[in-house]
Amino acid sequence: MQASARLYTVVILILFTGIGLILYKHLILGFPLMPDEKKFVWTIEAKIDFQATGEPVIVSFALPPKEPRLTFMEEDFASSDYGFSELSSDEEQRRVQWSKRSAQGAQTAYYRLSVYENDKLIESQPSDDPLPPQKPELDEVFLTASLTLLETVRAKSANPEIFTRELIQTLNSPSPNQNQRLLRNDKAGENYKTDLILNLLALEGISARVVRGLFLEDGRRRQSLTNFVEIHDGQKWILFDQNTGKSGKPGNFLIWQRGGQSLLDVIGGKNSQVSFSIIKNIHSTRNLVVNSGMHAQAGLIDFSIYSLPIEQQTAFKMILLLPIGALIVVIMRILVGIRTSGTFMPILIALALIQTTLVTGIVIFLIVVSTGLLIRSYLSRLNLLLVARISAVIIVVITIIASISIISHKLGLSQALQVTFFPMIILAWTIERMSVLWEEDGPREVFVQGAGSLLTAVIAYLFMTNRTVEYLTFNFPELMLVNLALILILGQYTGYRLTELYRFHSMGRHHVSDKR
Amino acid sequence: MFLTSVKRLRSMGIIGMNQRNFGLIGRYNPRHLYPLVDDKLKTKRLAQEAGITVPRLLGTVHYQHDVRRLKDMLSAYNQFVIKPVKGSGGKGILVITEQDHNLYYKPSGDAVKLSHIERHVSNILSGLHSLGGKPDAVMIESLIQIDPVFEDYSYEGIPDLRVIVLQGYPIMAMLRLATHASDGRANLHQGAVGVGIDIGTGEALHAVQYGDPVYFHPDTRKPFSNLTVPHWDKLLELAAACYEMTGLGYLGVDIVLDRDQGPMIIELNARPGLSIQVANFAGLAPRVAAVEALESIDPDPQSRVQFSKRNFAAVRNLIRPRRRANPIAFTLLAAKTD
Repeated sequence: MQASARLYTVVILILFTGIGLILYKHLILGFPLMPDEKKFVWTIEAKIDFQATGEPVIVSFALPPKEPRLTFMEEDFASSDYGFSELSSDEEQRRVQWSKRSAQGAQTAYYRLSVYENDKLIESQPSDDPLPPQKPELDEVFLTASLTLLETVRAKSANPEIFTRELIQTLNSPSPNQNQRLLRNDKAGENYKTDLILNLLALEGISARVVRGLFLEDGRRRQSLTNFVEIHDGQKWILFDQNTGKSGKPGNFLIWQRGGQSLLDVIGGKNSQVSFSIIKNIHSTRNLVVNSGMHAQAGLIDFSIYSLPIEQQTAFKMILLLPIGALIVVIMRILVGIRTSGTFMPILIALALIQTTLVTGIVIFLIVVSTGLLIRSYLSRLNLLLVARISAVIIVVITIIASISIISHKLGLSQALQVTFFPMIILAWTIERMSVLWEEDGPREVFVQGAGSLLTAVIAYLFMTNRTVEYLTFNFPELMLVNLALILILGQYTGYRLTELYRFHSMGRHHVSDKR
Repeated sequence: MFLTSVKRLRSMGIIGMNQRNFGLIGRYNPRHLYPLVDDKLKTKRLAQEAGITVPRLLGTVHYQHDVRRLKDMLSAYNQFVIKPVKGSGGKGILVITEQDHNLYYKPSGDAVKLSHIERHVSNILSGLHSLGGKPDAVMIESLIQIDPVFEDYSYEGIPDLRVIVLQGYPIMAMLRLATHASDGRANLHQGAVGVGIDIGTGEALHAVQYGDPVYFHPDTRKPFSNLTVPHWDKLLELAAACYEMTGLGYLGVDIVLDRDQGPMIIELNARPGLSIQVANFAGLAPRVAAVEALESIDPDPQSRVQFSKRNFAAVRNLIRPRRRANPIAFTLLAAKTD
């Protein structure tokens, strides 16, 4: 009994390690448990154009701040022959600079960013303290109009947040009064409006700043940044849409820059402008997590199959499916009690079926094995030594496979070409064994074992090709531990096999003599 | 009804394959002792040392180039059996009952040439019939003469008795009779008849073919109700002594009765099958439990046999339905099955 106690301790340890690792990867690293989860990845390209005047050029450009909710997958910078440097690595106020000794004519620089929203539910709040509002210098008329407007607005509001909303709504009112029209100056652009709101808020003594950002919509080109206004109500920053007065950040709004600093400075050039284009891509969450894990050097991912070259990864995709096949074989043999020819031959057949697809694979398998058996029965009359005979069978198998390939190719059946995926040595051994079985135990046993092997192989195939299973085994190799624990437990099963209920079926009947 | 219920099997004490592999073979049979029974030459030598009767060894072939000497080796004997040394389940056994003008006759009457025998020997040497396909050797034994008691109970082959010996105690026995369906082989899977034999008396208890009850031999039509195995005590003692000989706790002992020499051991099996339960219409589990409940193993085979005869005698005979007056066994078994 001590042995079984030890076994169960090991089983529980393995099980907990496996499940623990899976949960860690799922909950902390964000691996989805199902293959279907997709994420939108936005690729934003900023194109900076300007005319160089022949003097030394310095271009400085603001980059979007890194927020915890966003994962920056990739950032690329491109320009022709420009020196490049990142000015400040401060997460909030990032800037880059391109420079060149002299340039002439139209110049272009690119910045490309791929970003997606991760699942971290942290609402990002800028934590910096506001600067005290600076009273703007306004001319008499303007100041009077402003003060009047502020008074009306103030009458309707209770705190800075409501005040700001009310102010923006009043300014945007579709039927402006004289005062508003004067202030608004409908011919001026967005930036004028922003400045106006900031000035009015400063007059009221509310700290505020401009926030520039980008609405993310698929397939947009030549976009420019949209201005928002952000106020500090004494405790936190609140963002307002300067056109509607709505507070809060819209869902698809990417904040590019906070505060009044310039977005783009060009020294040694003129007619500078920046335009944005946006593309939406769909990526599987898993790829994103793996990528970000690789970047972050998360140990579990860095020292995993993902660090292998892609080619080896695909090989492992297959290898990691083998334990599932082994589990199926264990279940079929220990719980169901199906006889197979060769313990693990069904797994190899299943692997071949994966390459050939189910029906084609089974047809090919049956053709090869039955033709092989025919030829083998002739070989057995030739009086050969065993090793020579098996070698002969191998050559026969290869000949059969080659002819199947050629014939099917001529017939235009491309699927049958997959025949080469069958393990030929294993097939040869199967044929040899089955033919010996035929001679010794009769055709019935050959059919029982052949059918048992095929049935097990098909069940293993169905599991191994299941998308979820495939996804889970590859992305959670820890599942192998769970699998191992299951197999260890099954190794302890001493109950009846399903087929034994048939084997001992006559024991179930009450014997004739019992009736007396 | 194709399937029976787990409950029914459990109440009868039937042991399944998993239980056998785990609780009997895994527990009582240390792996390093397997070669003693898997290699029939070793078994034969051991048995001879222990004074147990075995069929006479006429010769052995170990190498392919010795196959040529086969003709000379065989010329002296009219009847012989060719066996793979490491064969299992009766595979690769060739029986020759008559030799005449370079033709060899099988029990079925078919004649084969020397080349057939040579190829058979060569196949065995290549490992065709051995466990795991390992290279093997060939042994040639004297043919056993069928005991007249069994004359009408066998088709071609010679009946052999399988006794399951647990830690030296014979716990169940079965006679295996070749039939036409089994092609003269004593393999239950292939249609041989399995006859459960009462440990207490040697009488036939119950018989099955393909898992279903039969009451007479399908080819000879001879009813089993008159079948009693002779030399019963001697036979059980031989089987029981194999425990000391091999050290294997769970053993299948195959015994044949020779007309002239009486019971002899032809093969030992470290992984005996479970069909014996069907043939006996009884499960092994209560008997295993009875042996496991013993505080110590009696070192004397004879007294072990007495214990077995007392405790494992059949309570009722399914072929000859009559209550047996054996109150000790009755109460003991009744207590076990409760």
